[in-house]
Amino acid sequence: MGLGGWIEVGRMDELGRLDSPVHRVHAQAKTVTTGLFVVAVMSFARDEVSALTPFFLYPLALMALGKIPPGYLVRKVLMAAPFAIAVGMFNPVFDRQPAFAIGALTVSGGWLSFASILLRFALTVSAAMVLVACTGMHRLCAGLERMGLPRILTVQLLFLYRYVFVVGAEGSRMVRSVELRASLTRALRFRVYGSLVGNLLLRSMARADRIYRAMLARGFDGEIRVLRPARFRLSDLAFVCGWAAFFAAARFWNLAGLLGSLLTKGVS
Amino acid sequence: MSHHVVEVRNLGYAYPDGTEALKGVSFRIEHGLAVALVGANGAGKSTLLQHLNGTLMPTTRGEVVIGGTTLTRETAATVRRAVGMVFQDPDDQLFMPTVFEDVAFGPLNAGLPPAEAEERAATALERVGMGHLRNRPPYKLSAGEKRAVAIATALAMSPDVLVMDEPSSNLDPRGRRRLIGLLRSFEHTRIIATHDLELVVEVCSHVFVLDGGALVAEGPTLAVLNDEALMLAHGLECPHILHHLHPHGPA
Repeated sequence: MGLGGWIEVGRMDELGRLDSPVHRVHAQAKTVTTGLFVVAVMSFARDEVSALTPFFLYPLALMALGKIPPGYLVRKVLMAAPFAIAVGMFNPVFDRQPAFAIGALTVSGGWLSFASILLRFALTVSAAMVLVACTGMHRLCAGLERMGLPRILTVQLLFLYRYVFVVGAEGSRMVRSVELRASLTRALRFRVYGSLVGNLLLRSMARADRIYRAMLARGFDGEIRVLRPARFRLSDLAFVCGWAAFFAAARFWNLAGLLGSLLTKGVS
Repeated sequence: MSHHVVEVRNLGYAYPDGTEALKGVSFRIEHGLAVALVGANGAGKSTLLQHLNGTLMPTTRGEVVIGGTTLTRETAATVRRAVGMVFQDPDDQLFMPTVFEDVAFGPLNAGLPPAEAEERAATALERVGMGHLRNRPPYKLSAGEKRAVAIATALAMSPDVLVMDEPSSNLDPRGRRRLIGLLRSFEHTRIIATHDLELVVEVCSHVFVLDGGALVAEGPTLAVLNDEALMLAHGLECPHILHHLHPHGPA
């Protein structure tokens, strides 16, 4: 699998073009809702775990309704996981205060906050991924721009996204050509990869320059214009308000805890 | 009609490293002509093309006049609207999420209202026979389809002049044949840089031969391409089509 396959940007693009109830929701509505989601998830105490779990409803519901394959999403989230693990990995070492015990097993505060970091990471990253997959980067950037994000940022974002694909393809061709001629020892190969990366950078810059020239040739002046700017409908407002109400409820009451006590009450 | 004349006067250009790519090139192309720009690799073809729409500006010497407008930084936007450029690698030219949006990109930038831009894009796609691909992502097309769509992106701007860099490269014989038919059907002034001399015979009425950054010969296609001594001297060959009449050849 080449670099391009690994990044799978084309796949993301295809998903963004699907038609589903979630895709039809206005880009701005989805962006605002995801923003609220991230704020709600991040506002919990550092060792909160159980109250976070109901928030999985948001990415899961969007994924299911938006026809996003779960396996694809999980792969994407796992790809970014090392960062979250690196952020939280020392918590269990430094914070050994016992928090609670399950039978003979004592769980320390450090492990709790580590779990909390991983949960938050999984929630926010999957929500962001679902947002892009259900909206398409292009509509997303157009939406961000209308929401007042400086144009220079949205255009940067759009092209970053576009070039990843181009550079990925270029990179995988270079890797293939190295591998075809490499009956090399591993040590030598690492040295080759060094110059390969430099070469890739130069090639990408040349390519970026050609794309920019092609855009100029067609009158590009820094503004991305879309054919049919989508209308913000009442259902979009309902989408934002409905989810905002759910986030608020899940933020102020521990829904998982409530459900648990309800169930135990029912049993007894 | 004189207002779509392409005129290059004593154009010189040196790259920042000092390499002199153009050494005082001058020519004049009347409206509606199809002109081929031929020459060996490194002869200066691409550099010259880049001057025709202001990607490169005549800095050291000379000037470029398109339809009566002298190319400067101030007039570049106007000139670019008049000159449709088709790049050598269609992947550089197609960057929007769908074919249709890509073709509409130029008209939207020109300030057309979306409905009109859509109409222009649809017409341009139909013109190159690619209307059925409108909702496909460009990177999924075949080389021939990409090329046709790249031409449509230029056509959608309603240019007076079409400038193309190696339009037949990477095409299979059928795709190339289709391209030739398309190029022959245009009424725009066409400037085509290419090594495909057989295509030149079929499409272009005039040929400019470039070598070492200078214009070394110009004239009617058959006269120039039949001059074997001239062709060999500048790294070219007489196209076979002139020796053996091809079954699909020029009428």
